[in-house]
Parts: sequence; C-alpha cells; structure tokens
Amino acid sequence: MEPQTAAAKDTAPEGGRHISNETLLQGETDPLTDRAVHLLKLEGVGKHYGNVIALRDVTMAVDNGRVTCVLGDNGAGKSTLIKIIAGLHQHDEGTFSIMGEDRRLSSPREALDAGIAAVYQDLAVVSLMPIWRNFFLGSELTTGVGPLRRMDVAKMKEVTKKELAEMGIDLRDVEQPIGQLSGGERQCVAIARAVYFGAKVLILDEPTAALGVKQSGVVLRYILQARDRGLGVIFITHNPHHAFPVGDRFLLLKRGRSIGYYDKKDITLEELTAQMAGGAELAELAHELEQLGGHSEALEEAKAEAAAAATGSHSAN
Amino acid sequence: MATTTLPSAPAPIADERVGRRNPFQKLLGRPEVGALVGAVVLFVFFSSVSSTFLQPNAFATVLYGSSTIGIMAVGVSLLMIGGEFDLSAGVAVITSALTASLFSWYFSMNVWVGVGLALVVSLGIGFLNGWILIKTKLPSFIVTLATFLMLSGLNLALTRAIGGAVSSPSIAVMDGFSAAKAVFASDFTVAGMDIKVPILYWVVLVLVASWILLRTRVGNWIFAAGGDANAARAVGVPVTRTKIGLFMGVGFCGWLLGMHNLFAFDAVQSGEGVGNEFLYIIAAVIGGCLLTGGYGSAVGGAIGAFIFGMANKGIVYAQWNPDWFKFFLGLMLLLATIVNLIVKRRADKG
Repeated sequence: MEPQTAAAKDTAPEGGRHISNETLLQGETDPLTDRAVHLLKLEGVGKHYGNVIALRDVTMAVDNGRVTCVLGDNGAGKSTLIKIIAGLHQHDEGTFSIMGEDRRLSSPREALDAGIAAVYQDLAVVSLMPIWRNFFLGSELTTGVGPLRRMDVAKMKEVTKKELAEMGIDLRDVEQPIGQLSGGERQCVAIARAVYFGAKVLILDEPTAALGVKQSGVVLRYILQARDRGLGVIFITHNPHHAFPVGDRFLLLKRGRSIGYYDKKDITLEELTAQMAGGAELAELAHELEQLGGHSEALEEAKAEAAAAATGSHSAN
Repeated sequence: MATTTLPSAPAPIADERVGRRNPFQKLLGRPEVGALVGAVVLFVFFSSVSSTFLQPNAFATVLYGSSTIGIMAVGVSLLMIGGEFDLSAGVAVITSALTASLFSWYFSMNVWVGVGLALVVSLGIGFLNGWILIKTKLPSFIVTLATFLMLSGLNLALTRAIGGAVSSPSIAVMDGFSAAKAVFASDFTVAGMDIKVPILYWVVLVLVASWILLRTRVGNWIFAAGGDANAARAVGVPVTRTKIGLFMGVGFCGWLLGMHNLFAFDAVQSGEGVGNEFLYIIAAVIGGCLLTGGYGSAVGGAIGAFIFGMANKGIVYAQWNPDWFKFFLGLMLLLATIVNLIVKRRADKG
C-alpha cells in the first residue's frame, strides 16, 4: 500500500474537480490502532452454488473516501460478489473482513447495521409516492406519543430537501411523485437516502446501465460527492468509460474469476477497456462485419478497437 | 498520478424547467378531485330536476344511504391503496350481525356479549384473509372470493341450523338491546335534519382514516405496500403486518355496519349482503383509489359513497324508473376509472 499522506483535499479550480492520489489516501489506517486496515477487505473469496462455481479467488478492498470499481460482463460474477458483501449470500472460501474484523453477514439487515448499504438497479423506490415519503420510507421520523404518534412531516420534507441539495440536486418540489424524476435524479435520491441513514459503504449496482450519456454524468458526479463525504463506494458497472474517471481501484471479473486488480496509477483507460473487451472477440466481430458487408462505419470502429485492444493488453501484460 | 476533470456541479439555481405550480394545478393532482367534480355535477343536477331532493329530511336520507356504503368504503379504500381488495366485505357485514344476534339469542345472554364476539369474529375474518393472502401469495381476488363463498354458505346454513329460519330470531326483548340500539342505530336532529347515527360514525371513520393515511408511519407503509411491495420490503417496511392490518380494518368497518343493520331492526336476513362488496369497491374506485394500489384517499372513498347515495335516492326523488340506476352506476364507474387512468399516466411520466 502507498504510504500515509496528509489527507489534503484537492480543492479544484473553478469549473472542474480533480481526483488526485492525495485525496484518495484518506482513512488509510485505523484511527485507534494506527494499523493499516481497510473498511472492507476480501481475500481469496469464492462462492459456489452446488457444483457451479460462481466466484473464485477474488481479492479487493474498500476504503473511506475511495471508489472501488467492479467491472465485468454479464455473468462475470459481479452480482454474486455484491450479494456476498450486502449479506444476501455467504462466501464459501476466503475471508471477508469489515474494519479488520472477520465477518460473515447473514442478512441484509446485518449488512446495514455494519454500515453497508446497497442501491440496486430497481432502487427500491415507490414511484407513485412523493419524494419525501420515499426518502424516509421504513425509517419515518415521528413526533408525539401513544395514539397521537405521527410523522414529523415538516422535518422530513426539510431534511429531504437539504440532503438532496447537498448531493447537488435541487428539487422542484419534494411533494412530487418520485416517478416524475429522471433516472439519474432517482438514483441520487436512493444514494442520498443511504448516506443519510448512516451508510459507510455504498454499493451501487450498475447505476448508469439504463441511463443516457448526460444522466450518467450526473450519477457519476453523485458518486464523487458520496466519496467526498467520506464513504467507501463500490461501483459496479460494465462500462470502463464510466468507471475510469471516478474509480480509485479497479477489479476486473470474468467468468467468476478476477482477471486483474489495479490501482488507478497502474492502469490507463485504454488498458482497462482492452482488458474488459478482450481483443480476440473484437477481432472476431470485425471479421463478421466484413463478411456481412455494408457496415463500413461499424467495421472501421471494430477494427480500430481491436487494434487498440491488442496494443493495450500487450502493454498491460 | 491520474487526474481527470469532470463537469462541475451546476449551481443550485431555481429550476427553470417548471413554473410554479398554481393552487389549481395542485388541486388537480389530488386523487379525489375527479369524484368531487362528479359529486358536484350530480348534486346540481338532482337539485334542479327534483324539488324534494334538497329538503332537509330527503337530504338526510341521501346521507344515510351514503353512510351505509361509506362506512365500508373507508376500510375498502385503505385496503385498495394497500394493493388488495376484499370480495368478502359484503357478506362479512351480515356474518358479523348474525354472530351477534344468534349467539345472544341461543345462549340468552346480554346482547353486548354477542356484539363483542362479533367484533372478534369480524377482525378474525380480516386476519384470516390477510394471512392466507400473505402465506399463499395468491391474488386477493381468489382468496377473498373463497372467503365470500364460504361466508355466504355459513350465514345461511348456521342461521337455519341455530334459529330454524332464514332470518335470525328477534332479539328485541333481550338484555342490553335498547342500549345497543342507542349506540348503533339511534338518530338525532340537527338543523331540522333527522340524522341517523351511522352518518356520524362514517364522518369519524373518514377523519381517522385520513389522518392515519397522511400523517402516520402506517399511512406511509400502506401507500408503499400498495405501490411496490418489493421496494417497500427492501427498505424495511413491514408489508405483511400492514396488509393483514388493512384486512382487519375492513373487518372492523364490517362489524360497525353489521351492528347497525342488526340494531336498526332486531333481526337479520341471512342471505343479505351478497353483491354489496362491489358497491364498496365501486365507491373506492370512483373516489380515485387505483385498483392496482398505491394511490387514493379515504376522502375519495367517502365522496364515491356520497355519489352512490345521491344517484340511488336521487332517482327516486326525481320520480324516475329506478331500473335505470345500475346503468347509471356502471357509466359512472367507467368514467371514474378513465379519469384515474389519466392521473396515473401523468404521475408515471411526469
């Protein structure tokens, strides 16, 4: 690991936010023992369902104020990995430690109590309900006692507005149904909710998968905002272009195996893309396009990608 | 050292996408607004075609007719917002009344014992409906249809087996009858109107239900359980308890109406109540509750019941052939559902 440095927040000049390695080193050691521990650490973790091996030998770490990206195609084992971390499944091999302590989470509730909150693709929001009701759903603030115990509506609305504003989202009206928000904004509400209710580790499952380019940018900014508030973020995606700008560490999965685990300084976007895509498959695609004919533009693109992938994986190895 | 620049966060400025929503637009967003417009139109209509409609006692009769639907519509509306519906609600009212009367009569007990037992039975039926629904994950249509059939069979069979006739024996001479009648079926005069007490219960129930729905945690859970039960579960809402509680709420309303039916006279016809469950559901739907759950209000259900009462009695006061009533009701239901559909589409798309 890198040596401990002062957690100098990189205050960016106007118009841009820079991620520097100094920023990334916050919370590298346990504040009590001064021993280097990670917020979350997985070592050689594996999981099988019957005789199907879903995940094997995965090692990764999550720290305060850092973003760990998990990249992989469909069926690469990303879901299994986050289910282990979120307490939905238990691992069969290796160790999983939280703040240096060996753990095996038996339920999502236990994960939540340990400060691990997962924001899934469906976001767990009820689209016909107002934003503020969604924000506090299941953990409503109340006032009064006995039969007069009621929701503290004014406070709930105020907190919702404030928390969302801090995430950089200014709402028209917290009374509007959450279904009226854009996909990115809804994602933001789900993230802000997890942050407000004390999450230390935030698992984001493909938050940009269903979004357009601009909306994805919005969500990526929220990820950075969550990171800057000191959370450890696990960002699951299949898009290296989304992962690279915000990630500090990258875990690449393929067919249930880890095919690479990099610090940001050790890898470039091109290498990451190449590792993800697999040069051989792109070459094959180019070949198929050539045979079909008439897809000259797509063909050029595939050829270029394949070439880039070839050089990328070469330099990465 | 990798340094990436991302677009800066936009300054939190006032949103230019939407102008301020004026109060009128806000009003249009309420679930019961379609029903309210319908109620006003109907009220003006019947007032103009019938001279008797607005006379105090005639209007009190309309209110009374509305309340006998409205009391049940409160429970059914909440249940529908919670994403379920109850086909057994109509006969469960009669079951409750029969329980109270047959038990008191057979054991020659004070009628209040029967009233208490009826409450337990009504809540029990609600609990059973909810519990079977949760355990089997069957749709509420099937579960409560089964309950409906079983209860209507039990009503007939047990009444005949215990009392020897299709209607329950009179309990007018039993201990506590007059006190129970005073509580459940008395009337009093306000401003020249002969107000029957169920109207009062109806108003109280609507107020309590609205408060629960809009201002308590349970209300939040009801909306969530009906809107998206999986999402609600994922954030820790006790969906099971909420739904069972809602069925028991319908049971409570059924008990209240059953007691009124019993003590307004002194006996109950065991075959009654069949078909009434649809009236309660119609009232809730006209009042803006979505059949799919997650949207609606208790006030809406009350307005739906009032529309029903106006149409039902108004046709009589206008001296029309009451055969037309059902056609009228069906047309209203269709219009109300279309309005609801538009509302839901708007809420979904924004």
